[in-house]
Amino acid sequence: MYRYDEYDREFVEQRAKQFARQVERRLAGELSEEQFLPLRLMNGLYLQLHAYMLRINVPYGCLNTTQLRKLAHIARVYDKGYGHWTTRQNMQFNWIKLDDMPEILLELASVEMHGIQSSGNCIRNITADEYAGVAADELEDPRVYCELLRQWSSLHPEFSFLPRKFKIAITGARHDRAAVLAHDIGLRLHENDSGESGFEVFVGGGLGRTPFVGKSIRDFVATRDILAYCEAVLRVYNQLGRRDNKFKARIKILVHEMGAAAFAELVEKEYEFIKDGALELAKEEVERIRMHFAPPAYESLPDVSPALESQKAEDTAFATWCKNQLAAHKQPGYAIVNISCTPIGKPPGDIACDQMEALADLADEFNFGELRVTHNQNLVFTDIRKQDLHALWQKLVPLGLSTPNHGLITDTICCPGLDYCALANARSIPLAEKISERFADQERQEEIGEIYLNLSGCINACGHHHVGHIGIVGVDKKNSELYQLMLGGSADENASLGKILGPGFDEDGIVNAVEKVVDTYLEIREEGEKFIDTYRRVGPGPFKENVYRAPA
Amino acid sequence: MPQVVIANRLRDGIVVFLGADRRWMERVQDCAPAISPEDAEKILDLGLQAERDQEVVGPILADVEQRDDGWFPIKRREAIRAAGPTHRADLGKQAED
Ligand code: SF4
Repeated sequence: MYRYDEYDREFVEQRAKQFARQVERRLAGELSEEQFLPLRLMNGLYLQLHAYMLRINVPYGCLNTTQLRKLAHIARVYDKGYGHWTTRQNMQFNWIKLDDMPEILLELASVEMHGIQSSGNCIRNITADEYAGVAADELEDPRVYCELLRQWSSLHPEFSFLPRKFKIAITGARHDRAAVLAHDIGLRLHENDSGESGFEVFVGGGLGRTPFVGKSIRDFVATRDILAYCEAVLRVYNQLGRRDNKFKARIKILVHEMGAAAFAELVEKEYEFIKDGALELAKEEVERIRMHFAPPAYESLPDVSPALESQKAEDTAFATWCKNQLAAHKQPGYAIVNISCTPIGKPPGDIACDQMEALADLADEFNFGELRVTHNQNLVFTDIRKQDLHALWQKLVPLGLSTPNHGLITDTICCPGLDYCALANARSIPLAEKISERFADQERQEEIGEIYLNLSGCINACGHHHVGHIGIVGVDKKNSELYQLMLGGSADENASLGKILGPGFDEDGIVNAVEKVVDTYLEIREEGEKFIDTYRRVGPGPFKENVYRAPA
Repeated sequence: MPQVVIANRLRDGIVVFLGADRRWMERVQDCAPAISPEDAEKILDLGLQAERDQEVVGPILADVEQRDDGWFPIKRREAIRAAGPTHRADLGKQAED
């Protein structure tokens, strides 16, 4: 993975020291909260319901074990022993003390981490396919461009005060695991007719109050031109994006109001002006960055491991885990392993410091000392020898990290909700836990098959509810929590937004409603048909009928 | 409706409640609520002054009611701040009682 150069190191250290002085001045009463607010947000520090919350960037989800151990250390010493993976592949701590912040930032800087641009109206952590570099269906490793874009967007002077926050996601694979159509800019690597690789560029996707699926504004931008093209998009947005109304300030509103074609035209004009200039990526620079992502020293192995096959035959729990948690690797004899941080009945994406340390040891032993955070709030070991899978699994079991629910209904995406978040309308975690318990039976989950259930505690949609096959969003109705149910959302290459099915429910009501939706699907699905495809075939009608039918 | 001033303490963000003698208390049971709307305005002023004095952040009034073990917020949001996350009894103030 990418390692800091001198420039990065110096900058992050300086920034940590600068913020330490700002904290000092705040505590000494020299800065008011109003003055301090933008400074702390620039460093990823929020004030939530119970305490300060610190969001730490994990660039495009890539972590090494030194960093993971440091996060565990911070959780133990400065927080309450756990952290939370977010849908931007980052980590959040919920119980941070302001006077500990200077120390925490220096600790983070020592392992090349920080919270800069994890908040505020700037370009946020760039997210990517969690299988980047190893997926069997990948054209090219997107992390190279993630890193180039990270460097370009870090402290970009022109884009430090955008109308609103700005999110970019990249996929280099055919199947989109990075939800690029739900981003301000989504980039999809592909090849043009002459075999050259480049990006299809989508703009104006996003969730929140006014959700949109991103629109393609250019089918092909050569990889060397991608910084220039993104700069052109950002320039148009920075000039024309609304600053008078926070709720209308995202690029999606601009693109929607002026139309994608008109927006694209302005981008092209701007691009004409800056292309072939300083932002053009030199081959050597791309290669230099690519070196950071060189594949590890893979062994040549046969793709089928007889040991693995017999272990699966002997141990059904292990076989179940393999069936659900593994993905196809580029390299014969290796597997991609999804590690669920969403065990049955537990808060999605929470991880204890002991688990982090144990995982760091396992990643050192089995996975070349690295791991990935996913936007589904889980982790991935990217490079496991098939012959090691059983040994790894045996060590994951006692850690509570072997839940075989990848892509199943209990593998919920869930935001912190009213149990932590100052903006929330309703709690989300206890509801995710209840739904998970309702569908805990493994056989039943597998019988149901792939369902993404996403849950947010308010319309800000940090839990991506619009793009869940089943989406739930909490609203506040006279001090009682009310949950709305949406169906038909999807975050992949065929992205769609869920539609509200009907009137909302209380906490128990929504769990029952989800069950009725699932039962309806099981009744009407055709052979081998996934939930989302059934919904697309029949529409909301049959679901609505069952969910809202008066009890007999 | 009795009301109390609730805020986050500046240095550590911990939730605090305005008690007697302008002291900030960590337990809602130790708060000193205002009973009349006029008194509520007065205690909110004290809270805002404490914010200007860099002691607390974001002071607001919250409705409270008398329960067996003392005052407790009525609204869920403030109740969660007074107790801790509802799914983990081992976290927050509820864990300290
Ligand atoms: S969706 Fe709403 S409740 Fe959930 S984390 Fe985001 S802002 Fe908070």
